[in-house]
Amino acid sequence: MNLAFDLLLIAALLWSAGRALTTPDLFRAVVLFIVFGLLMALAWARLDAPDIALAEAAIGAGLTGALLLDALGHLRGPVRRKSGLIAPSTVMSSEGAGPPAFPTYFLNGLAIVLAVALGLALAGALLLLPEPAISLPREVAAAMDASGVAHPVTAVLLNFRGYDTLLEVAVLWLALLGVLAVAGGRAPGRAPVTPRSARASLKVPRLLARVLAPLALLVAGYLLWAGAHQPGGAFQAGAVLAAAAVLLNLAGLLPGGATPRWVLRAGLGFGLLVFLAVAAAVMGQGVLLQYPPAWAGALIMLIETGLTLSIGLTLAGLFLALSGASRQ
Amino acid sequence: MSGLDWLSAIFLLVGAAFFLAGTVGLLRFPDVYTRLHALAKADNLGLGCIVIGLLFQADSLAAALKLVLVWLLALAASATVSFLVAHRAWRRGIAPWRADEPGIRRHDES
Repeated sequence: MNLAFDLLLIAALLWSAGRALTTPDLFRAVVLFIVFGLLMALAWARLDAPDIALAEAAIGAGLTGALLLDALGHLRGPVRRKSGLIAPSTVMSSEGAGPPAFPTYFLNGLAIVLAVALGLALAGALLLLPEPAISLPREVAAAMDASGVAHPVTAVLLNFRGYDTLLEVAVLWLALLGVLAVAGGRAPGRAPVTPRSARASLKVPRLLARVLAPLALLVAGYLLWAGAHQPGGAFQAGAVLAAAAVLLNLAGLLPGGATPRWVLRAGLGFGLLVFLAVAAAVMGQGVLLQYPPAWAGALIMLIETGLTLSIGLTLAGLFLALSGASRQ
Repeated sequence: MSGLDWLSAIFLLVGAAFFLAGTVGLLRFPDVYTRLHALAKADNLGLGCIVIGLLFQADSLAAALKLVLVWLLALAASATVSFLVAHRAWRRGIAPWRADEPGIRRHDES
């Protein structure tokens, strides 16, 4: 029964990935990409990795999908790809409704051959992986008592490999700075101006957004708290917060804009600053981000709370900066 | 199987039947409005029956309430999305399908 489900899931994954790449309609491609993300989340859940499943559903399918749909909205008129696989700009040279020119066929064939070769090489590398000298899961299990939390993923992310997470948060923050630099320079956002006829149609989604936003806040708080002993944590909680912000923005209740005011800016940097402050405070332990065992749990919760806020604002900012910049 | 298991099985099967009918409707119905009708049936009644079926298996009151919450949230999302799709279709001038006038026609307002 489970095998049948898994095979069906794999087939659906391959199908949605293939269709997303080859369909000539960009809107359909985006929808198929979102479907692919949701199926991928299911696959992670089947692989007993609920942490990744949550992140994939929230960020891979949800937020990326919203960004892609928003980007599609900026491309005026119906956008069609001439052919799958190759990006439109490359195919533009072969104007006309006839069959694709010879180089397109050749490039597509080459791309397929290379992709299959890479896939086989990766599969081979995975299958031929030597037995690791150190069993990391066993090491983690042995050190769990000193980590301050009861969930191994959280222990690795915020204690044993805390510096990885510190740098990841910095990278995320830099990504948003990049987006703001590109989209920036506009006045602080107002709620998008919509014609009267469209405003009437916003009533229903507005009601939904007003119901869902408080619930999303509750779920984010729960995920943050749950991260200490079960799947959850700052990234998932932050992604849920960001989803609530995007929903409020789409319903016209939250202005977008590429020039955040100082409160927002402080919020964006807050998590990273808390993380850095904790890292600086425990430097005396000799190793970067090695917490005193008695304080580990509280410090991790402190960092995760700050990170939830900042990750939520950053992920939401990636969407709001771009959507707000365009509608004014 | 106990009585509760039988009840569960019956509700799950009825829910699955609604999902099947909704999917067939989505694939076979002639226009966007009728397809929405089929889809919303699957969401509302299909998911509702499946939630009822699962309620009989819930370990605690908290788990049961969470299942009901999942159903209510799906209802709200499904109603909103159906409204948005139908509203957009109507504003773009897609007239509802009629059995006597096959095909999609544009009405005057756009």
